[in-house]
Amino acid sequence: MSADTAANGQTPVLELKGLSKSFGGLHAVRGVTFKIMPGDRKAIIGPNGAGKTTLFNLITGIFPASSGQVLLFGQDITGWQSHRRTALGMARTFQITSLFPRLTVLDNVLLAIEGLRPSKFVMWRFLSSYRDVYDKAHQLLEQAAFADRANTEVRYLSHGEQRQLEIVLGLASDPKILLLDEPAAGLSSGESVEMTEFLMRLDPELAILLIEHDMDVVFDLAHTISVLHFGEVLETGKPEQIKNSQKVQEIYLGTG
Amino acid sequence: MRSHRLKILMVIVALAAVAIVVPNTGSFVILLVTRALAFSILVMSLDILLGYTGLASLGQAAYLGVGAYATAILATKYHFGLGWDFWLVLLIGILLGAALAAFFGLLAIRASGVYFLMITLALGQCVWGLAYRWNSLTGGDNGINLRERPKFGGIDLANELTFFFLVFAVFCASLALMYTLVRSPFGRSLAGIRERELRMQILGYNTWLHKYIAFIIAGAFGGLSGVLWAHTAGIVSPENVVLTTSVDALLMAVLGGAGTLVGGVIGTFIVFGLREFLSTLVPWWQYVLGVVYVATILYLPTGLMGIPERLRQKRAKPDNPDGAKKLASLHHAEKTT
Repeated sequence: MSADTAANGQTPVLELKGLSKSFGGLHAVRGVTFKIMPGDRKAIIGPNGAGKTTLFNLITGIFPASSGQVLLFGQDITGWQSHRRTALGMARTFQITSLFPRLTVLDNVLLAIEGLRPSKFVMWRFLSSYRDVYDKAHQLLEQAAFADRANTEVRYLSHGEQRQLEIVLGLASDPKILLLDEPAAGLSSGESVEMTEFLMRLDPELAILLIEHDMDVVFDLAHTISVLHFGEVLETGKPEQIKNSQKVQEIYLGTG
Repeated sequence: MRSHRLKILMVIVALAAVAIVVPNTGSFVILLVTRALAFSILVMSLDILLGYTGLASLGQAAYLGVGAYATAILATKYHFGLGWDFWLVLLIGILLGAALAAFFGLLAIRASGVYFLMITLALGQCVWGLAYRWNSLTGGDNGINLRERPKFGGIDLANELTFFFLVFAVFCASLALMYTLVRSPFGRSLAGIRERELRMQILGYNTWLHKYIAFIIAGAFGGLSGVLWAHTAGIVSPENVVLTTSVDALLMAVLGGAGTLVGGVIGTFIVFGLREFLSTLVPWWQYVLGVVYVATILYLPTGLMGIPERLRQKRAKPDNPDGAKKLASLHHAEKTT
């Protein structure tokens, strides 16, 4: 094991080392460094425009990083394309719902499951003949209480249902780390409580990195919180610490 | 599942009807249907890109051209492909179409939307330029006349009916292959790319590779249709690879309904039929076709194959309580069974 190995002998699931991104003169993300261990639940909070989603896009390979490193299970993946990162065990959801609107719920999940299977290149056999893929899809839909809407086209689902399906798609590849970009965005308070409960029921070994504005969701889910401000990590700590931090209150929670 | 089977059954019945009715008509109809069948393989190959992958290619005629020119050049210059070796030419046409698409795809697939359209248009025009200018090989503007059709075993393809059945068989095989493709895991991944490419990347798909493979497959079927086209028309000229042919193929796919395969075939038959019918009636028949195209895009963007779905949606609208009730009870029945 390398020097990155943590005290208890485990390799971090995800590690960022001085990760930065600038768009022209705008430094969207500046020298972000942190580690996520298996089972960690970490939240990133910060005002709008703090660089949270950009950070996610760097971690998942949608944008190339300007400098710094991303390590997944100790492996440097900084220059990798998104689909290869997924193959290593990373999954994410999007702040703006990114489903396949004109396909059914079942087809959405089937695509998500096939993503990491070699059979995605098979073109001489119907997808419907893959029993194991269908079984897994139905199992996932059952868990998320979607079974009765399996054949509904996604564009006809409510916003709340679409947000939930986002997470189902993220889970379909059996990831080791799940990046959630504002899972509760646009949900009613009742729905976001449901969402939180759903997330808390997930496998405790699954590491979660979460961006969220809904502080109830953050304080219920996260073990640690990092505050991002102008692309920099301002402070990291346990939820109570962050709640009571003077600096954080000034920039984010408001001083009222 | 059941609706899929019903659709397959309907297509098989329609094909059987064609196989039974057409031989009993005159040679004019037989030739017309043969031409439409050969061309509709190209339209279906385009539909894989347009309807299933979401890539509007404006250079699909290039692949038909490669297959057709290869057939004509081999037959006239080397007397090759007029016996049993016709099947070899069929294979060569497929491989050439695929090879050209593999080359063009490297340039075109990195772009999307209008830029993809422009690049495929430009590449298609390059092929046209070659066909037009390379006199020694392609016969330039005059093209190449094929004076005979293949003859092997006891089969003489010079017979219109025999040739019709050959084209019909190749068409059916192509339809079956492409239908299997679009319902395979790979085909479904193309639909995912059409709907949201970024999500597909995040789900672990190398979307570039999937699009590239789809592009090559479409090129291969284009080459196949070119071989048949050369023997159907008896002449191969730059007109076969000019932009208009690519646009026609695109519009036929849209007219029938993109993303349905069969729709493209219906669109091809309608346009070929209208063309023959109208051109005997009026000198300005091309305007009629133009109006048909514009009307399709304005009022029927899902094409003719989309009509049943549109009617169903209209009936299910809440301002029509009967339809809504019917749908609700249907939904209920589904749940209880």
